[in-house]
Amino acid sequence: MSTTANPTIDLGAGHHDHAHDHDHDHHTLTGWRRWVYATNHKDIGTLYLWFSFAMFITGGLMALGIRAELFTPGLQFWQPEFFNQLTTLHGVIMVFGAIMPAFTGLANWMLPLMLGAPDMAFARMNNWSFWLLPPAALLLIISLFVPGGAAAGGWTLYPPLSLQFGMGMDLAIFAIHLLGISSIMGSINIITTILNMRAPGMTLMKMPMFAWTALITNYLLVAVAPVLAGAVTMLLTDRHFGTHFFKAVGGGDPVLFQHIFWFFGHPEVYIMALPAFGVVSQIIPTFARKPLFGYHSMVYATASIAILSFMVWAHHMFSVGMPATAQLFFMFMTMLIAVPTGVKVFNWIATMWQGSMSFETPMLFAVGFVCLFTVGGFSGLVLSIAPVDTQMHDTYYVVAHFHYVLVAGALFSLFGAVYYWLPKWTGNMYSERAGKFHFWWSMVWFNVTFFPMHFLGLAGMPRRIPDYPLQFTDFNAIASVGAFCFGLGQLFFLYNVIHTIRGGVGKAPANPWDSPTLEWEVPSPAPHHTWETPPDEALVKKGLAAQALE
Amino acid sequence: MNVENGVHDAHYFVPAPSKWPLVGSISLFCLALGAAFWMNSVAAGPYILALGFAILLWMLFGWFGDVIRESVHGDYGKQVDYSFRWGMSWFIFSEVMFFSAFFGALFYMRVLSVPELGFGVGYHAETHGLLWPMFNEAWPMASGPKVDAYEAMSAWGIPAINTALLLTSGATLTWAHWGLIENKRGKLKLGLAATVLLGAIFLCLQAYEYHHAWGELGLKLSSGAYGATFYMLTGFHGMHVLVGAIMLTTMLVRVLRGHFDQHHHFGFEAAAWYWHFVDVVWLILFVFVYCV
Repeated sequence: MSTTANPTIDLGAGHHDHAHDHDHDHHTLTGWRRWVYATNHKDIGTLYLWFSFAMFITGGLMALGIRAELFTPGLQFWQPEFFNQLTTLHGVIMVFGAIMPAFTGLANWMLPLMLGAPDMAFARMNNWSFWLLPPAALLLIISLFVPGGAAAGGWTLYPPLSLQFGMGMDLAIFAIHLLGISSIMGSINIITTILNMRAPGMTLMKMPMFAWTALITNYLLVAVAPVLAGAVTMLLTDRHFGTHFFKAVGGGDPVLFQHIFWFFGHPEVYIMALPAFGVVSQIIPTFARKPLFGYHSMVYATASIAILSFMVWAHHMFSVGMPATAQLFFMFMTMLIAVPTGVKVFNWIATMWQGSMSFETPMLFAVGFVCLFTVGGFSGLVLSIAPVDTQMHDTYYVVAHFHYVLVAGALFSLFGAVYYWLPKWTGNMYSERAGKFHFWWSMVWFNVTFFPMHFLGLAGMPRRIPDYPLQFTDFNAIASVGAFCFGLGQLFFLYNVIHTIRGGVGKAPANPWDSPTLEWEVPSPAPHHTWETPPDEALVKKGLAAQALE
Repeated sequence: MNVENGVHDAHYFVPAPSKWPLVGSISLFCLALGAAFWMNSVAAGPYILALGFAILLWMLFGWFGDVIRESVHGDYGKQVDYSFRWGMSWFIFSEVMFFSAFFGALFYMRVLSVPELGFGVGYHAETHGLLWPMFNEAWPMASGPKVDAYEAMSAWGIPAINTALLLTSGATLTWAHWGLIENKRGKLKLGLAATVLLGAIFLCLQAYEYHHAWGELGLKLSSGAYGATFYMLTGFHGMHVLVGAIMLTTMLVRVLRGHFDQHHHFGFEAAAWYWHFVDVVWLILFVFVYCV
């Protein structure tokens, strides 16, 4: 198809569907087949997002089980064994089931729209990436009901403990294998889409920050997901086939597992954080009505964080016994990450500086992200100091730290993304009042839940215990109240989304936020097929000019 | 970057809805559940596992069959070709990282944990002295304190022959590729068949070597750090050779059916890339597992 002279026609599916009816009749199935046989990036993105929400609720209920037990000292509800299963599954489900699939879902939905591509590069494999997730979740759920119960060694699965459990641990290992295969295929797909599917005129250094962070995130994922697969495979052979990777009787070492696991685990942290940076880098310029400040430095900062993330893993292991030189190396490398992260925070603030700001719900979540992620970043900086970490290792200070970056960081950015793009996905506006209520409710109760954990950790309360000494009672009670209120607020979020889908508030225009990126150039709701021919270069350049990239 | 040079298909091929991803997921679920059951002596385990394999085979034939039909039908434009190249490259990168985990384990045990247990390096002297004062480390003959005696595998028998076989197979494959580019189908068929044959001989020798090691040398998976890394590295490599040989056999069948021409043969190239990757892994493995 030749490029139309008037770019405004060359937008959505309506125009093309007439021209290519014969091509795409078979692309739209109805009923359940539409979802299980899907090759459409929007359908698959929707599947990812709903799956991750279901997992978020599942993992959240487990968290509430933990907080209920910890409301007062003594054993109330669970035996310690089951409590440990709760903490383990909560971690695994939130990391692999909720946060990562949510970002992959966002990438699925938004990358082709933002880059001007007809779909993901590998549309069929895309569906396999998604459909490996429910079986993995099922394996984890089944593991609760096998003899001995689910894995209970923490999401990090450290041996020797993880060598001792029953079938639950094997099911967790195989679930991780499936999740890993899903992650590898998903990341290869996203990388290829970004490298090979961009619209004419959109060079790498001109694509939206969300695409950059997706590219770098998925580079990290394709690099480290196989390493985790290797680590859990070694666990499996140690458990059942007599190898001695992690057993000193045969020349192995449990610490070896920690090294391999955290070689995966630390980049994994950024796999959950970088896409959040990308989302926030889309939202803040829109609502500050200014181009993103320091686009190039944002790109280089993201890349620096990714490279450094391969060289800091042993800061998770300061208390395990390591030569002082190694401790110093990992300590300084970790601190170095604060520099590019600081560049990013600076750039977000500079973007807002003298902007014509308004505070719709996505912006509230983005600004909330910047504030609270920074708190989590600072507590991370505290933990990076090896002699300090010796005191804080495995205390609630660590729990507070990573929930600041994962809940107020990754999760808040996801909420922001949902409110930001819901009008494009559903064609309807959400209720601004309800969105703002969701934000403030989450903001308050998040802090009530997790801020006291800093004090608990500094006072010496270890993580992963079902019972604790009396002096920790008050802060634990506060945290538990906060957790239940926070959880309740997320049901309100679900109501918000469903209310929006049903059009309870009214139709959304194509570009409700007056944003210059390409996804807003297609109608709302986005037609099933978009950009079937690459967008017109003039249209791309118009958007780039508005972002000060052209 | 090709898209910056204006390589855009007028209509990038997006496949129609397909059942194969779901079939693949069911297969992997059965494999995972069946394996977990089997390892824990649940009677249904082997049957679920076998079912998973059967479904996997069905999926592989069906899915790749679709891909080959689409390719032959001419659905794939230049831009799709680039996508496949990127996709295969990143897939091989992920495989490199998978092997890195096991090589990392080998280096760690070889350099750190076994010597520390064996004669107590630095502040680990106590580990040796208190736990296993009688253990004298001698890689590869004694790689763990409580391990039954075994003999190590010599580099200069079958492994050296296997190295020569794989290197030769890389050359025959490139020769076949030249044949394809020059449109000399006979050369292509001969080179490809020779490559598959060399791969098959490699696998047979590897199987014989395992038989020899397990039965006659007493070298088992449980033979300390050496046994674990020996079998896991050579085993995963062998599985990759098997997969590569199956890929090349598929390409041979396609060549015999007249597929591929001078310009359109990425399926062949992908299999060749994979084969060369497996070749390189073997070289590293030969040096660090067998020689050093």
